[in-house]
Amino acid sequence: MPRAPKAGTRSDSWDLHLYVAGKTPKARAALGNLKLICEEKLKGKYNINVIDLLKNPQIARDDQILAVPTLVRKSPLPVRNVIGDLSNTERVLIGLGIIERNALKLR
Amino acid sequence: MKKKEPGSHRHVLPKSPTSIEGLDEITGGGLPKGRPTLVCGGAGCGKTLFAMEFLVRGANQYNEPGVFISFEETEEELTANVASLGFDLGDLVKRKKIWLEHIRVEPTEIEQSGEYDLEGLFIRIHLAIETIGAKRVVLDTIESLFSELPNPHIVRAELQRLFQWLKRKGVTTIITAERGDGTLTRQGLEEYVSDCVILLDHRVSDQSSIRRLRIVKYRGSTHGTNEYPFLIDEDGFSVLPVTSLGLNYFSSHKRVSSGIPRLDTMLSGKGYYRGSTVLVSGTAGTGKTSIASQFVEVACRRGERVLYFTFEESPTQLMRNMRSIGINLDPWVKKGLLQFHATRPTLYGLESHLTTSIKLINRFDPHIVVLDPINSFVMGENQTEVRTMLLRLVDFLKMKRATAFFTSLTSAADDMENTDVYISSLIDTWLLLRDIEIGGERNRGLYVLKSRGMAHSNQIREFKLTNRGIELLDVYVGADGVLTGSARLSQETKDEAEKLLRQQEIGRKQFGLERKREAMEAQVVVLRSEFEAEQSEALKVIGIEKARNERFTQDKVKMAASRKGDVHIRTTGTKKRQTNAERNSR
Repeated sequence: MPRAPKAGTRSDSWDLHLYVAGKTPKARAALGNLKLICEEKLKGKYNINVIDLLKNPQIARDDQILAVPTLVRKSPLPVRNVIGDLSNTERVLIGLGIIERNALKLR
Repeated sequence: MKKKEPGSHRHVLPKSPTSIEGLDEITGGGLPKGRPTLVCGGAGCGKTLFAMEFLVRGANQYNEPGVFISFEETEEELTANVASLGFDLGDLVKRKKIWLEHIRVEPTEIEQSGEYDLEGLFIRIHLAIETIGAKRVVLDTIESLFSELPNPHIVRAELQRLFQWLKRKGVTTIITAERGDGTLTRQGLEEYVSDCVILLDHRVSDQSSIRRLRIVKYRGSTHGTNEYPFLIDEDGFSVLPVTSLGLNYFSSHKRVSSGIPRLDTMLSGKGYYRGSTVLVSGTAGTGKTSIASQFVEVACRRGERVLYFTFEESPTQLMRNMRSIGINLDPWVKKGLLQFHATRPTLYGLESHLTTSIKLINRFDPHIVVLDPINSFVMGENQTEVRTMLLRLVDFLKMKRATAFFTSLTSAADDMENTDVYISSLIDTWLLLRDIEIGGERNRGLYVLKSRGMAHSNQIREFKLTNRGIELLDVYVGADGVLTGSARLSQETKDEAEKLLRQQEIGRKQFGLERKREAMEAQVVVLRSEFEAEQSEALKVIGIEKARNERFTQDKVKMAASRKGDVHIRTTGTKKRQTNAERNSR
């Protein structure tokens, strides 16, 4: 669901949600990988919100989450999803729209 | 695929009744309780409705709340779709008997990076089950996850894990899946759901659609292995386990009148057997419907219920036509004893017809069921299917102890006894109506081709539709065959004339005889008077002679006395002669 950017956030700020189900190895790996990527590519303009579906199962329904871990780019719009433990950095960058899909092919 | 070992019936597998008409009969009580069942089939074969009915009936009838996880349709779409089956999903959802959840995945927005699992799905299903305390779960159609999520290996492994997980939770689950090319499901889900697999099929043959259901496997339970026709209508799903019926139905000794007294006489005096199957076949316009209607009319008069399926005429037209021959069916319709169902045979497939018929029969519980005419089902080369359908219907009616009355239109060009031969073995009493063409006119003849279990007449009767109903008349059988209509009438007139002629002849003979007798008697009188005249004459002569003789004797005696001779002997002789003469005169 596309949501309006929160008041006070700049239009170029990245609001990222990471949905996990408990503190599984995959969840930990995903968060670690995400932090590394953000530090490198989005330093100073990102915000990671980790949502544990085991604690808030209702969110899985509300946000239509099936796979975990799922990374959702809530802003900037449009919403983009990446699933998995984010171990493949290039895929994450494509998924988040930081690099173009074609860029990968050219390399 | 029966895995039943001897003695295994001791621990019967617990089952979750579906309450879907007929299905519990085939499965021996329902789906495996607490285990997943795979329902597969092509697009539009009714998987979703099947699953939904399982939930709704569970919620309504067994107080088992159910969760419906839809991967294709939204909650609103689902509610609207099943409303046509009479299920008020909105109300059930409000009362927390049913939980609807649409799981939506947009594959274009999903990028995969590394390993993932479907724990989110598990959490959602778990949450849904917990929210309403569900005992039944439907996943419709979970296979779509394969196209929506990257990496099918992960999806496959996760689904396998999901099914195991649902089994551990003890919820009875239906998983629907699209039929694959040569496989039961596109993604081979049948490998993971091995407890029970049901295949739904929707095929079109001769432009009519046929829905069928088959239990492909049912681990730990016996089940019917046939393909069973099923129907989806305003009452939901219904499966027909009719093929499972045997021949051990009850046979009645009771008889029912055909409504035509002389036809009853032909059927050893009492009419059809109750619960038997009667077929009237004949060419167009021979009065098949009239015979049926007459039968119906007297049955209603007895207070019996009749279900009349008409495939070629509308009920109003049929009733109007019957009124013209003095059979009034309207009052029985008004009284609710007679129900008409008019459909064009082409409108649905055979199976639908059968299923509809059986549902109506179950609902109305009639004493008599009329199908008029059955050959409307025959289109192209489907006689075998028609026969199978009728066989199932006949078996069903026998079980219900209802009398079946079929009519069949035969083509005049064919040998009539052969045209309906494909159903002959189903029929107990077979009446044949045929046109008899003599002397430039067409009349109807009726005879009993066969009638099981009774000494029926072998005679052909002329069959007449009058404005007072149906009449059966004797026919003349002469050198030229059967005489009917005018030919019969002229024969009757001819006979009448001959009879009159004979009577006149007899009269004449009698008159002559009388005259002869009179003549004879007159002659007798004449002879007698002649005789009497002669007699008196003779007597006179005799008297004279006698007197003369007397005198002569006396003279002789006097003479003898004077001569003293032997008088004695001579006197005696004279005396004898005299007596004889006297006797003659009398």
